[in-house]
Amino acid sequence: MNDVLDVALRLVIVFAVFMVLPLVVGQTEHKVMAHMQGRLGPMYAGGFHGWAQLVADGVKFAQKEDIVPAGADRRIFQLAPAVALLPYLLVLVAIPIGPGEGAVGQVVDAGIFFVLAVMGVGVLGSLMAGWASANKFSLLGGLRTAAQLLAYELPMLLAAASVAMAAGTVSLPGILDAFEWWWLPWQIVGALVFFVAGLAELQRPPFDMPVADSEIIFGAYTEYTGLRFALFLLAEYAGIVVLCGLTTVLFLGGWHGPFGADGLGWVWTLLKTAVLAFVVIWLRVSYPRLREDQLQKLAWTTLIPLALAQIALTGIVKVAIS
Amino acid sequence: MPPIPGSGLAKGLAVTLRTMTRKTVTAQYPDVQPELPPRSRGVIALFEENCTVCMLCARECPDWCIYIDSHKETVPAAIPGGRERSRNVLDRFAIDFSLCMYCGICIEVCPFDALFWSPEFEYAETDILELTHERDKLREWMWTVPEPPALDPGAEEPKEIAAARKTAEKLEAQRAQEAQQAQQAQQNQREAEGEE
Repeated sequence: MNDVLDVALRLVIVFAVFMVLPLVVGQTEHKVMAHMQGRLGPMYAGGFHGWAQLVADGVKFAQKEDIVPAGADRRIFQLAPAVALLPYLLVLVAIPIGPGEGAVGQVVDAGIFFVLAVMGVGVLGSLMAGWASANKFSLLGGLRTAAQLLAYELPMLLAAASVAMAAGTVSLPGILDAFEWWWLPWQIVGALVFFVAGLAELQRPPFDMPVADSEIIFGAYTEYTGLRFALFLLAEYAGIVVLCGLTTVLFLGGWHGPFGADGLGWVWTLLKTAVLAFVVIWLRVSYPRLREDQLQKLAWTTLIPLALAQIALTGIVKVAIS
Repeated sequence: MPPIPGSGLAKGLAVTLRTMTRKTVTAQYPDVQPELPPRSRGVIALFEENCTVCMLCARECPDWCIYIDSHKETVPAAIPGGRERSRNVLDRFAIDFSLCMYCGICIEVCPFDALFWSPEFEYAETDILELTHERDKLREWMWTVPEPPALDPGAEEPKEIAAARKTAEKLEAQRAQEAQQAQQAQQNQREAEGEE
């Protein structure tokens, strides 16, 4: 009985985090983006500086009619938003925010494998939406998504492999237990590659070619309305939370901090995640969209060689210190 | 020297970060009224006490958006045996702001200073016909007309003030002269009494 309760409690907490943090990131994006452009952003919803803007948006989305195009592949079309969103929930279960059993939804021994494999599934949601919409723009968007997934999954995996090599384990808490501060400069290239590739996989600007509105309307999401569209948007922000959390855990030392007693490790994790989320927003505001060929070129000629070099460096240092 | 690779990317990030720390330019209009510059062209106000129904504004208006109705009244003679005078009385003065193009020609052309620019701009209506505003509304807007900006230091005196000052000085001089004459007369009288 106690075990059941424990599992239920963990799931509820993970689910609450999953519902709240993406909204916090979304609201931060509204505000940070506005101020970076000399604007104020939402000011009315909720009374104080528009804090409830995304809640209001959610209510609006829920009221809209749920339309499935006549020529669409009905079941696949309706299933796609769930496929896009749920993997991020599953990944969140495995991310540790503090030391010990109590601060992680579920310890997975092959953590990195699990996390990266499930994150890859999320992109399939866009692909399904693109195919099932029976719309040329959606199909183009879906194909671009697929091309992007192929190009950026590889450097992401290689960068993560470098950390696994350094720690000698593929378990996420195991990696953090082995973490030392000098891993930061040692793995910095891998961290950059991982973060950039993750951004591309989330289709965040400047890597948002699959949803380039000036060319293909909104890519795979063109035909979606109402709650299903909102789920796709939520998936993007959940993806930001997951990517930033993973980068924190793999490369920035998770709960380790320069000071702070035991029991406050989760603050460090959340703080680092928040800073990374800010960087994600910052990049979106600062840079224009990459062209499709530039996107592919960046992955194959820059990120993959860098990731391979990082693995070589990790190997050399690992042999030298052992 | 060639630029350091990636310096352009860093510059882009710096620009957005710097903008974030600065004050925003958003005008929160319905909550905060805008600070309008002097001589803002919001609406045309009518100071109907000055209007003589000369019709110059209505005639010069390029859009023909000024409507004026009037009638004549006779004023009884001011002095007994004098002639009766006739006077124009304003019955209706309306400006159709759906036609007005805010050129301000009517204000320029008014010889009696009866039309003014007011900075008031919140008079939107849901029906275009309601944009024809009658004299009571135009008179009300007169209260929102700001006082004219002060003259530059060392500027030429305004004509009406110069004229008023001249009149006052003339009156003053006249009074002084009369007083002097009265004194002289008194003195002469006293001297005459002394001789007796």
